[in-house]
Amino acid sequence: MSVTPGKNVDEMKYESGGANGYRMYLMLCGGTGCVSAGSYEIKNALEHELEKYNLSNEVSVVMTGCNGFCANGPIMVVQPDGIFYQFLSVKDVPHLVEEHMLKGRPVEKLMFTPPDEKSVVPKMSDIGFFKKQRLLALRNRGLIDPEKIEEYIARDGYKALAKVLTEMKPEEVIQEMIASGLRGRGGGGFPTGVKWKTCREAPGEPKYVVCNADEGDPGAYMDRSIIEGDPHSVLEGMAIAAYAVGSSNGYVYIRHEYPLALERLEKAIADAREYGLLGKNIFDQGFDFDINIHCGAGAFVCGESTALMASMEGRPGEPRAKYIHTVEHGLWDKPTNLNNVETYANVPLIVQRGVKWFTSIGTGDVSENPWGGSKGTKVFSLVGKVRNTGLVEVPMGITLREIIFDIGGGIPNGKKFKAVQTGGPSGGVIPEDLLDLPVDFDQLTRVGSMMGSGGMIVMDEDDCMVDIARYFIDFLVGESCGKCLPGREGLTQISRMLNDICDGQAQEGVLELLEETCNTVTSCSLCALGGSAPNPVLSTLRYFRDEYEAHVREKRCPAGLCKNLITYSIDPDKCNGCMLCARECPQNAIDGEKKKPHKINTDLCIKCGICKDVCNRDAVIVK
Amino acid sequence: MPKLRIEDLDKIVNEQKKITSLRDGAGRVKITVHMGTCGISAGARKIMTEVMHCIEESGASDIIVTTSGCAGFCSREPMITVEVIEQAPVKYVDLDKKKVKEIFDEHIMKGNVVKDYALAIGSEQTS
Ligand SMILES: Cc1cc2nc3c(=O)[nH]c(=O)nc-3n(C[C@H](O)[C@H](O)[C@H](O)COP(=O)(O)O)c2cc1C
Repeated sequence: MSVTPGKNVDEMKYESGGANGYRMYLMLCGGTGCVSAGSYEIKNALEHELEKYNLSNEVSVVMTGCNGFCANGPIMVVQPDGIFYQFLSVKDVPHLVEEHMLKGRPVEKLMFTPPDEKSVVPKMSDIGFFKKQRLLALRNRGLIDPEKIEEYIARDGYKALAKVLTEMKPEEVIQEMIASGLRGRGGGGFPTGVKWKTCREAPGEPKYVVCNADEGDPGAYMDRSIIEGDPHSVLEGMAIAAYAVGSSNGYVYIRHEYPLALERLEKAIADAREYGLLGKNIFDQGFDFDINIHCGAGAFVCGESTALMASMEGRPGEPRAKYIHTVEHGLWDKPTNLNNVETYANVPLIVQRGVKWFTSIGTGDVSENPWGGSKGTKVFSLVGKVRNTGLVEVPMGITLREIIFDIGGGIPNGKKFKAVQTGGPSGGVIPEDLLDLPVDFDQLTRVGSMMGSGGMIVMDEDDCMVDIARYFIDFLVGESCGKCLPGREGLTQISRMLNDICDGQAQEGVLELLEETCNTVTSCSLCALGGSAPNPVLSTLRYFRDEYEAHVREKRCPAGLCKNLITYSIDPDKCNGCMLCARECPQNAIDGEKKKPHKINTDLCIKCGICKDVCNRDAVIVK
Repeated sequence: MPKLRIEDLDKIVNEQKKITSLRDGAGRVKITVHMGTCGISAGARKIMTEVMHCIEESGASDIIVTTSGCAGFCSREPMITVEVIEQAPVKYVDLDKKKVKEIFDEHIMKGNVVKDYALAIGSEQTS
């Protein structure tokens, strides 16, 4: 039976069908931790010993994914007994096989004793938040000290770089990347290997390798976390890219609002230089590569490739037309390979574990066409109206429902889920009936949203969809550079219309005009900021048109949020005249005597909602 | 530091294992304070100070303290991971100084996991 590492026990049992009758499975951990502690050597030794006793047809050795119990590795679980062996070494194997597998006597001294049987602390794998996550880009999160290069090396760091420099030609590295189906994690989902190939083949010297750590999406912090938690994974990925495209100059473009990330990045670069992992003649293989940092001022548009490069050259951060590609004419007009932080962090792992392993995770088929699927994982920052906010890394193809309910723990305060916004400010809003959508690049685009860089904002019944669209458009109006007309005027007009709708000032016909303007901006903008900016409007119009119509026709906000369309009043049957709201009202807009129902003076009321928050009897009505 | 050759990578792997695995006598307990931006803004520095303070007070010399980045569960920061030799790591969440002291006295000094503050035992599934 051949099994890929990473499958779980149940799958494995299913595969073997139990029919071809192995009596025992030795589930040997093939996680990075155990592999580096020698689990493959143990596997060979086990097979050798089993052969010796003629047990090969009865006992099967299976490599599994990481058990999560790496500190005690190498680890092996014997099924069906469920006996757990730890700290195995090759020299233990002959005795173990003879005693346990042959004579059926478990070897106590190698067995794991639970620390404290009576404790009821759940296992990590029992906790929803962690259970469905799969850490590739974040493989070292929480495990290493990001300021110690040795700890990165101890978890197989820089081995992938050593491998490409000694065993692979640049073209082979590129082929490997194309075959892996890795697509850019910065938003566009462009196949990384294809980009590297174009850059390698582009005429012009020197070539540059740039890492995009601008991360301007509000509420997103995946890239920051990777750099803070594991900066060397990014540096190693960049070095491999540099070798592949033929560059010796690297830059990281990072916003100055990330002081901790910046500090750790600087330290990581300095340490890598001291160890000769950056600089001249790395590993004595004749390859030179160094990395410098360029600090951005924190403008959203500077995350766009051409604006980013303009900003690096000291020009205003404005995009230029896309038909001139940065892989050919990038920084200082030289061929430039730009990838996102998370993209680079995946690269060493793919080199080390191979295409077969990487393509076993995710959706679609990339064997013929790198656009044919979405392979690997994606890191999302899960925020908004969800119980467990945080940074989650999940395999592509997981459903939105699993992310929001199993990992995120659902919606807090007994509220109902309404929608989720993916892809950052210019992503789209996805409604409840699409919760079972598998998350990958193409599925998200199909429903009018996008992967973007991985922001995921959950909304509940109290969120007004028109107001949400207005919020994102206003953000984008502020961040638009103003160079092209659709981006400058088109977005401003869209913002006006949305504000009118929220204020109850909009006339019949506004929705049609809104849609038309959105479509014009989408198709005529100079860069993808304008090109994707209408997404939040178009997607909410598509899925929540009735909410727009209620605002326009009935001057009503169904979520009870748009201030001009709601009034506060007090239910006289519920109010017991406790005076609490009257005391707290900042406008003194609430009249009433003690123990008699109060009244809100709507002329004075500013609809701040404090009365509703403080009322113990739920007597404040918002309509 | 000398420039690394490829063979040196494995040497570092082995040396690090000695330092961090707790197995080779480097220590009995390892405490990891998660210090990403999220952890720090939730008060991880205070937690770190308290951990150092507890160690100093106890006079223990077999405790390794280290820092790491965000552990992902940002809404439950500040967070630490306590790993006692030959036992699975335990993650504690929503910490404050008082809880740290209690964890120190109970878990680190006496070996009893403090269930009330513990989130989970074990590690995450990586690559
Ligand atoms: C307005 C705008 C903002 C962007 N911001 C970022 C960003 O913050 N980080 C990022 O990696 N890519 C960002 N991108 C995408 C980049 O232009 C580019 O596609 C990406 O960095 C390429 O790397 P990848 O192929 O690894 O994803 C942005 C694009 C646009 C249009």
